[in-house]
Amino acid sequence: MSITAQEPSPKPIPRPGDRVSFRQSWRDSMVVAKRNLLRMLRIPEVVIFGLVQPIMFVVLFSYVFGGSITLPGAGNDSGAYREFLMGGIFAQTVTFATAGASAGIAEDMQKGIIDRFRSLPMARGAVLTGRTFADLVQTAVILLVLALVALLVGWRMREGVVDAVAGFGLLLLLGYAFTWIGALIGLSVRTPEAATSGGLVWLFPLTFVSVAFVPSENMPSVLQPVAEWNPFSATVLAARELFGNLPPHYEAPDAWPMQHPALASLLWSILIIAVFRTLAVRKYKRAAS
Amino acid sequence: MPAAIYAEGLVKTFGDVRALDGVDIEVPEGSVLGLLGPNGAGKTTAVRVLTTLLRPDSGRAEVAGFDVVTHPGEVRRSIGLSGQFAAIDDYLTGRENLQMVGQLYQLTARDARRRADALLERFNLADAGDRTAKTYSGGMRRRLDLAAALVISPPVMFMDEPTTGLDPRNRMALWAVIEELVAGGTTLLLTTQYLEEADHLADSIAVVDHGQVIARGTSDELKSRSGGDVVEVVVHAREHLPVAERILRRLGDGDTTLVEHTRKLSVPAAGGAKLLAEVIRELDGEGVEIDDIGLRRPTLDDVFISLTGHGAEEENGTPATDEATGEEGEK
Repeated sequence: MSITAQEPSPKPIPRPGDRVSFRQSWRDSMVVAKRNLLRMLRIPEVVIFGLVQPIMFVVLFSYVFGGSITLPGAGNDSGAYREFLMGGIFAQTVTFATAGASAGIAEDMQKGIIDRFRSLPMARGAVLTGRTFADLVQTAVILLVLALVALLVGWRMREGVVDAVAGFGLLLLLGYAFTWIGALIGLSVRTPEAATSGGLVWLFPLTFVSVAFVPSENMPSVLQPVAEWNPFSATVLAARELFGNLPPHYEAPDAWPMQHPALASLLWSILIIAVFRTLAVRKYKRAAS
Repeated sequence: MPAAIYAEGLVKTFGDVRALDGVDIEVPEGSVLGLLGPNGAGKTTAVRVLTTLLRPDSGRAEVAGFDVVTHPGEVRRSIGLSGQFAAIDDYLTGRENLQMVGQLYQLTARDARRRADALLERFNLADAGDRTAKTYSGGMRRRLDLAAALVISPPVMFMDEPTTGLDPRNRMALWAVIEELVAGGTTLLLTTQYLEEADHLADSIAVVDHGQVIARGTSDELKSRSGGDVVEVVVHAREHLPVAERILRRLGDGDTTLVEHTRKLSVPAAGGAKLLAEVIRELDGEGVEIDDIGLRRPTLDDVFISLTGHGAEEENGTPATDEATGEEGEK
């Protein structure tokens, strides 16, 4: 019984030189994405816990704080805050995928799986791209369930299918952009534990100093511009606009991203992907080639 | 014979630590080189440079005829790597792990599936192939990891401490697999802390300490360098140790070593069997009762001590995780 000689081993698809084609990058990314999706299916707790928090926020904010937060332009309509809130919760939920990406990649580093990938003749960015694709799928599933819960507590999409799809598209794009930040964090820390907290801590100020839960008009004047230029705010406001969740007499702040939230959200997400994908892939490669 | 692995003057530093301090390595095609050394000697760093995971600060290395720095892609297509920790995904089945690695070696999905089946069969994992790797024992995980490194039957294999942490039975089983692999013509570079393992598997050995190769040769060459045979005596009673030691010192060809609690004495014996007979006669004449006596070839541990002044198991002041922490700096 011989391991090498018995059967001629199959020949790899020939690829001359060290150049990696787009097709190979895509194929390798899909192989890695499939691996991560299989993991998610086998550890369903991750998705379940990913849902608990946003659902809790929906309930807490709309029933506990809802009555005491007044929206400019909403009058005394108590349902208005609940409606207003959902864009914020949706956006916060998609960005929390960051922690999953950073913890997953840190764990792969620790277990030597990244070393194995690095020693294989595969596209250099594929390990991270595959991971972020899988996270995107998971985020979409969580967002779908959350939207159903939101419908149950009275949230509605009032602007038609095209706008609703665009709203969800911008939310998912933001989530995808943030997983690249998570990937960079995962590659930079030493343990999965550090990656989990490192992937989360900065999300709290980011998501709270924004228009997600309260309008920026209610904030101290120092924080107002921060909240209005926060990339997160643009997506939140864009989602509200596209879902038709703004109070009837709502006046957007004067800051440019607040006046053009959908465009600002798109630009912010593309910028984040461009910057953090470059940094993360470079970090991944640095040891090798 | 052309060298399948060739390295010249490799240097790699992590902060103040010179993990590799001018390492030269040459492994002829189809042969096995054992890199032997304690924790933190630089073995893992050497493997990481040769497998394109780390870029050397200076020096040059070629694997399967390709430069590891300028042609890493070609190198990766020619190598298999089995690391210190089984690099497999716990939540995938054995089969899924192998298929994934096969596809990333750029096999078609169908070939990857066929190859996975064949490897599971050969590594006695066929029955466990559809269970998640989380349920595998330590020995099974190592076998799966090794199978993953062999997906394309690479001409050059790297194994970093392949049997660390395995029980003796699993270690023997893995040795058998490695021997089979080598019989098939694969060039292998293997690192180990176990002198016995290098002795058993390697055609030639490079002893590494503090990032440098301090000796190289076959196992026999290294052993004879440490002064040849040793006479070893275990006396029955502890009070006879001083008398016995005096006799050994007088008759032997070097310093005696004494281990109190096992009542064991040893001394280099260039005279071989003749000296052994003399020692027995003298001890008998002094009325020293002997539990055990014999002439033994030096172990590689003796070699290590004679080369470095400390045993191979010693940490020589560096923590056990030295290599691991060294690499962290790079990530």
